Amino acid sequence: MTSSNGWQRGALAAGIAGVVALAGCSASGQADADQPQGGTVTLEFMQWWEPELPKGSFRELMDRFESENPGIEVELISGPWSQTKDQIIAGAASGTIADVVGLDGSWLYDLSRQGAIADLGEIFEENDYDTSKLVQQVTVDGATVMVPAVNFAYPLFVNLDLLEQVGVSEPPTTRSEFLAAAKAISEAGGDASGWAMPLALETANGVQNDILPWVWAGGGQILTDDGKPDLENEASVSGLEFVKELWDAGAVSPGAFSMAEQDKVEEFAAGRVGMMFSSLAHINMLRASNPDLNFTVVAPPVPDGYSGEIGINTNSWGVGIADSSEHKAEAFKLLEFLLSAEVSSELSTWANGFPGNVDGAPDFSGTDPLFKQAFDIFQDGYPMNEFVGAPVAQELQRQYATEVQRMLDGDLPVTDALKAAQTAWSGEF
Amino acid sequence: MVTITRTPRQAATPQPSEPQDLRGPRRGPNERRRFAAFGYLSPTIVLLIVLMATPVAMVVGYSIFDNVITNRDPQVVGFANYVQIITDRAFWQAGRNTLVFTLVSVAVHMVLGLTFAMLLNTDLIGPRLRAAYRVVLVLPWLFTIAIVAVLWRMLLDPRGVVNYLLNTVGIDVGLTDWLGSPALALGAVTVINIWAGYPFFMISLLAGLQGIPAEMHEAAKVDGANPVQRFWNVTIPQLRPLLISLGLLDVIWTTQQFPLIWMTTGGGPMGATEVLSTYTYKLAFSRYEFALASTSAVVILLASLVLAIFYARSQKMKD
Repeated sequence: MTSSNGWQRGALAAGIAGVVALAGCSASGQADADQPQGGTVTLEFMQWWEPELPKGSFRELMDRFESENPGIEVELISGPWSQTKDQIIAGAASGTIADVVGLDGSWLYDLSRQGAIADLGEIFEENDYDTSKLVQQVTVDGATVMVPAVNFAYPLFVNLDLLEQVGVSEPPTTRSEFLAAAKAISEAGGDASGWAMPLALETANGVQNDILPWVWAGGGQILTDDGKPDLENEASVSGLEFVKELWDAGAVSPGAFSMAEQDKVEEFAAGRVGMMFSSLAHINMLRASNPDLNFTVVAPPVPDGYSGEIGINTNSWGVGIADSSEHKAEAFKLLEFLLSAEVSSELSTWANGFPGNVDGAPDFSGTDPLFKQAFDIFQDGYPMNEFVGAPVAQELQRQYATEVQRMLDGDLPVTDALKAAQTAWSGEF
Repeated sequence: MVTITRTPRQAATPQPSEPQDLRGPRRGPNERRRFAAFGYLSPTIVLLIVLMATPVAMVVGYSIFDNVITNRDPQVVGFANYVQIITDRAFWQAGRNTLVFTLVSVAVHMVLGLTFAMLLNTDLIGPRLRAAYRVVLVLPWLFTIAIVAVLWRMLLDPRGVVNYLLNTVGIDVGLTDWLGSPALALGAVTVINIWAGYPFFMISLLAGLQGIPAEMHEAAKVDGANPVQRFWNVTIPQLRPLLISLGLLDVIWTTQQFPLIWMTTGGGPMGATEVLSTYTYKLAFSRYEFALASTSAVVILLASLVLAIFYARSQKMKD
């Protein structure tokens, strides 16, 4: 009797273990959930947009899409930006990537190399889609892999009170005006600095958001036309020399090497930084955290004597279709919906960005007047970000930032720093 | 009593003329017991295989390919990745930083933990004050690493509280960027790690101190030992097994510390705080070199394994 009890208990324990193991294995069975059920196709849409938009708004947009496209349902898979990237890469490797994915330009090369993203050019052609209405299409190795649905410009934010205190009446439009203003603010005797340059290596996005805008504003580039690193060209050297000039003049906020983007915005909000490049998305946050802050947004200052178009650092909420998706036709319909003038405008209004459709325009009624001002600046210039479609974009920025740190810390020549960065980048391309 | 219990067993014993019956009843229960034991253990065994053995085996497997996950057709390259990692200067710099960070952290954890544990164990202060100290001293342990990182980033900001206090008391540090200076950053993150980790030592050693019989101290006192002699000849020998175990565990944990470094310095400036965990993370999620990251992880695993063996042996000796 005792022995029989033990046997039964052992069998029960083994059974529980089996159930646990089967439960683990059956997770893959969920991949079948998107199969047509009664003629309905469920599209998975992985993105980081939903948490950043007003609560419920993105789901409402998807409900509208579903009502306009009977037979298609959209399941939103939402998470933070960095988590979305890792999940897309892991999903592409395991074959569980969502049908439609939100994309950042800096991920494209690696996802494209992985074969994770479908060539949208072919899909657009199959569906006779008019691409002339798109603000931008991003290609990697000749294949269109992403279309921006919303663009975010990074103009120069200027604290007008700090400028006025040092006798400057107008925001700077050239580098020399900027240097004079930034230096004056830092030397005014208070705890404010002229400019903030976050160089922390955790994300190292200070390179694209704070250093390279000096190069891009004057029409310069850091890549050749065929996408190879070209850091030692005249415009690139001139841009970084200007940064060093600001550093040597004491115009840069202290703590640059450990400063992250959010620190920069907080310093500006607290009135301790006179000028910064930043996303328009921060306007509302600045108004909320310091209602008395008197600031404006202007185009990035250009090299003295430059009269060409101004390149404005732009990041995007891009969208693409997974190469492994079995519902590309339905996924295209969702893209078409998101990129339409009406939806793109609506989305950009909520996100404080600019639409991905040339016929679209954000609804500025009831919004901060600075958004309209920034939209005009954006339309007068051209969107620029050379990390879009570049390989290991985050690592490239980290390598560049490390060389800039080394240069500023050891007072080394700009050309040495750019030469070292060029060598490091060449290895990655 | 004896005859009553023996009689039925003898009667049930099979006769020698029936060998099959003899084998059957003897083997059956033993086998069943053995299977039953495996049945009981099987949930744990399955979990260990699924959650530990399989990922470890996969990472070891990845380390011999040219690249994986982002590469649809990985090729076996043997030990080439190991050669690349071991000849990478950045890996050795990360290794040196890890060593300094770990050894200093563990040593100070031990000293601070023991000091505060003795403070909380003494009769020289009243019970209320001791309770208050206990709450205050254990506070750092209650914060998650994310909170610790944000807190210390603000404290060590050039315009933060630390610089303000030092400048106020006459130590002229100006606007020192503790986490942004190549000369100071490793020291700064080590201090943060010490602050975040000493309460574990304090609590564990306090329990150890309270387990030392008072008679031992009294006997030493009767023999004429002063407090310092009692500390070295009674307290430390009694705590030695605990100190060794805690020390080894802390070495293993600190070697693997990732979030604190990542959220305070990201391994910068200029690699000054790059440790093996951040080095490996960057290989995987910044450069997408998952095979190289796996190789680095295997090397770290081997080093940790040595420490784990020491820990297991110390535990065995204690038993």
